[in-house]
Amino acid sequence: MARIELDLAHAYKPAPRSDDDYALLPLKMDFEDGGAYALLGPSGCGKTTLLNAISGLIKPSQGSVKFDGKDVTALTPQQRNIAQVFQFPVIYDTMTVAENLAFPLKNRRVPAERIKQRVGQIAEMLELSGQLGQRAAGLAADAKQKISLGRGLVREDVKAVLFDEPLTVIDPHLKWQLRRKLKQIHHELKLTLVYVTHDQVEALTFADQVVVMERGRTVQVGSADELFERPTHTFVGHFIGSPGMNFLKARWNGRGIEVAGHTLSTQTSPALLAAAADFTLGVRPEYVSLVESGDPTALPVEVTQLQDVGTYKLLTARIGNEILRVRLDPHLAGPERGAQVWLKVTGAHTCYYGADQRLLADANPALAARVNA
Amino acid sequence: MKTVNQKAWLLILPVVVCVAFSAILPLMTVVNYSVQDIISPERRVFVGTEWFKAVMRDDDLQGALWRQIGFSFSVLLVEIPLGIALALSMPAKGWQASAVLVIVAISLLIPWNVVGTIWQIYGRTDIGLLGATLEKLGIDYSYTGNSIDAWLTVLVMDVWHWTPLVALLCYAGLRAIPDAYYQAASIDGASKFAVFRYIQLPKLRGVLVIAVLLRFMDSFMIYTEPFVLTGGGPGNATTFLSQYLTQKAVGQFDLGPAAAFSLIYFLIILLLSFVLYNWMLRVGTAEKAGGTHG
Amino acid sequence: MELMLQGIQQRVGAEVHLYRMDLQLVPRAVTVLLGATQAGKTTLLRIMAGLDRPTGGRVRVDDTDVTGVPVRKRNVAMVYQQFINYPSMSVAENIGSPLKLRGETDIDARVHELASKLHIESFLQRLPAELSGGQQQRVALARALAKRAPLMLLDEPLVNLDYKLREELREELSQLFASGDSTVVYATTEPTEALLLGGHTAVLDAGELLQYGPTAEVFRRPRSVRVARAFSDPPMNLLSGSATNLGVKLATGLQLTVPLPSNAGARRTDALTVGVRASALRVHGRDGDLELPGKVELAEISGSDTFVYADTGAGAVVAQLSGVHSLDIGAPITLYLSPNQAYVFDAAGELLVAPEVL
Repeated sequence: MARIELDLAHAYKPAPRSDDDYALLPLKMDFEDGGAYALLGPSGCGKTTLLNAISGLIKPSQGSVKFDGKDVTALTPQQRNIAQVFQFPVIYDTMTVAENLAFPLKNRRVPAERIKQRVGQIAEMLELSGQLGQRAAGLAADAKQKISLGRGLVREDVKAVLFDEPLTVIDPHLKWQLRRKLKQIHHELKLTLVYVTHDQVEALTFADQVVVMERGRTVQVGSADELFERPTHTFVGHFIGSPGMNFLKARWNGRGIEVAGHTLSTQTSPALLAAAADFTLGVRPEYVSLVESGDPTALPVEVTQLQDVGTYKLLTARIGNEILRVRLDPHLAGPERGAQVWLKVTGAHTCYYGADQRLLADANPALAARVNA
Repeated sequence: MKTVNQKAWLLILPVVVCVAFSAILPLMTVVNYSVQDIISPERRVFVGTEWFKAVMRDDDLQGALWRQIGFSFSVLLVEIPLGIALALSMPAKGWQASAVLVIVAISLLIPWNVVGTIWQIYGRTDIGLLGATLEKLGIDYSYTGNSIDAWLTVLVMDVWHWTPLVALLCYAGLRAIPDAYYQAASIDGASKFAVFRYIQLPKLRGVLVIAVLLRFMDSFMIYTEPFVLTGGGPGNATTFLSQYLTQKAVGQFDLGPAAAFSLIYFLIILLLSFVLYNWMLRVGTAEKAGGTHG
Repeated sequence: MELMLQGIQQRVGAEVHLYRMDLQLVPRAVTVLLGATQAGKTTLLRIMAGLDRPTGGRVRVDDTDVTGVPVRKRNVAMVYQQFINYPSMSVAENIGSPLKLRGETDIDARVHELASKLHIESFLQRLPAELSGGQQQRVALARALAKRAPLMLLDEPLVNLDYKLREELREELSQLFASGDSTVVYATTEPTEALLLGGHTAVLDAGELLQYGPTAEVFRRPRSVRVARAFSDPPMNLLSGSATNLGVKLATGLQLTVPLPSNAGARRTDALTVGVRASALRVHGRDGDLELPGKVELAEISGSDTFVYADTGAGAVVAQLSGVHSLDIGAPITLYLSPNQAYVFDAAGELLVAPEVL
């Protein structure tokens, strides 16, 4: 278990001139000992590069990596004593499950008795005890991933376990079980875990802190709650949540917030909003609700689609050129297609973003207070 | 469906005619000869399986057969491990990879009788680099006079000629192994040998089956290179099966026994290849037994 | 075009890949093939396309038997998981290739139209290898749409894409399918995708066709436990119990008051399974609710929802609660279930009772 400190950047070429030349723009980040972290972002955002910099598979072109205060930038993954689980299961085909799990210990010349005990312990934690004698090559994908994970956990002094999109090849209903298993392991062993994914559900359920990345840059770091309630960048609002945040073009017209020709009232102080010429109103589909006609915080919209998604109903509506999505209770009937309804958009959970896509500071003090509390 | 099938037959008809002309008819001729005694171009007598029996009892033939088996197995024993070792040491990326690939493949491009000639001259103690060096070192070396020297020279020549094929096949197989396996092994603290034994070798299985079969079949039928190098000598120390066969058929114009033996030769190769192939495949699939798709 | 599969089966050697099934697709609508990996979706798609010949049964298109007709003779477009495009042709040439093969003349206009529909008009001169995964898949989709084939087959086309990209493309696909004329068959492992695409759904499991009908109906009324398991995300909670006068008695003695159909042959003390969707469990009780006291095993926060894994007397359950709930592991928790939201399956796994549809 280790505390990991990163202060690095990684460029494609030796003399980077613009942002595009960097795979990882300069960042400074700390991973606390025993914490679970997720690196979340779309393909090409640099999350795997960052993971490989932590594990030692690549050496950052500038900066350093420290484990417990000690500079490990020049050390190999083996020397750093980390474990890594890859996108597809990596197992030794010719060995049985038990031999696979024992392999890292055998290479370190751990006594046989200790190996057996440790392998048994880890196998039980991963629910593989019944399959120890079977050939690893014949098992299903999720069992193989568990073996990959087990090989990392079996070393008692492992500093950190790194995951590179490990649930990619797993079926949806098995993903639930494996995620649960990972969370349980974290709870029991209190290891430092870093998990790379493009799936926001995986990231938010797994990690205490999520690092949202885009094109080599760290956009926001926070807990699931923070990222959901108060995204500091429109990208975070868009990327997190299914569906993502609704963004409506807005401006201050002296009386209130004007969206698609309609004026809304808001509890936010007008000074900041008036100062910005045009801004974006962001509100999550979970916080938009159906209200009475004429509600000052609501917009009149036309329903274009109502879909039953099982766990919720998804309402899509249109006002002018803007589209709004709303999550409704699945057990209630929703409005029909073509119906004219009113949707509340300004409220305690609404965020406002400036032209640079960043959160206009203190736009909603009530919200900031709640999150910072 | 019917239309497509008919068209397909028409398309391959010319090929079928060519193959029939150049392969099937000659093969039938061989079968025909194998059951007849050709005393002279006009006089032929049907003798049934007499030639086959005679061939089986022929001492010279049995000698050639054992020599051949010994040769093929020595070839496999040396070339397969050497080829794997060579593939492991070849660079994986960059311009160096292309350069090394070309250099390694050179010996495969040389016409076979030229290969024989190169080694024939190379081994001579008066003008050949190898022969002269060995003589300077005080080693008694003569591939024309000493049977063991002749054997070794033929073996080394074949290794020089054909190991690159094994190496190239293994090289392709190695490139197909994803990086993640090496990374995981490095994280697991595996030694280089463990990486070879547990990752590379199992994943080379498919490629090795091909390499072994190809080298076995080719070496079992080898003719040109040893013939040019030693002529089968000294005596019949390096007379392998196909040379013996040619001596019989062309040299002595004993078409009957030669035809009979050709067929037996063909069947031996077929049988041994079949056995080898099944054995290698079964060793591979045994690991996947009782498993679902991964 | 009307596609009908009659008595289709597929065997490969001794293995059965598809058990005998009948399927009649609704013309010009979307049919989703839902099932886990290896359930037989790809095998079924290949039979529909004409790439494979079924070992038994007939395939009929508009009343013509096309069982042996190879795919080149049928008018089918197919999109794969692996972003398949002609690597040496530019994007514009890729999209135009089916049109060129047909000998059409006004290819450019149509290519531009399709490219703008799929938002790739700025890449028309690039090679597929120079594009990102999502863009390559859009090219493959444009090419499939260009063919204007009456049957369009998609084999998990979004599975290799990022989560967010998948969401965006899925929506675009829905709109493209709605505006087109083709019969679309879409294979996927994700129940959410099936629900979002709508249309009809065929649930496959281990080579068997379990249920086929309008998507919402298959979801609301799964015919058996197997269908319920395949068509729920998170997985449906299944609790064992036995039949009583009033309904079902669960393992802890809790009584679920649910009217069992009298003709279903569920006798007293028959073993039954109660199915409860994760979203049907709540932490606030209402009148008439069944109480399930238990202990929190794990709580996962996914932004808008919290998934709670709890050990109750009746079995281990997962509940999907809206909002963020911080729960400690080991803390006591009581979950509430309204009886009219429970599913009941009989001893053989067949559906007896399903919640009412609003």
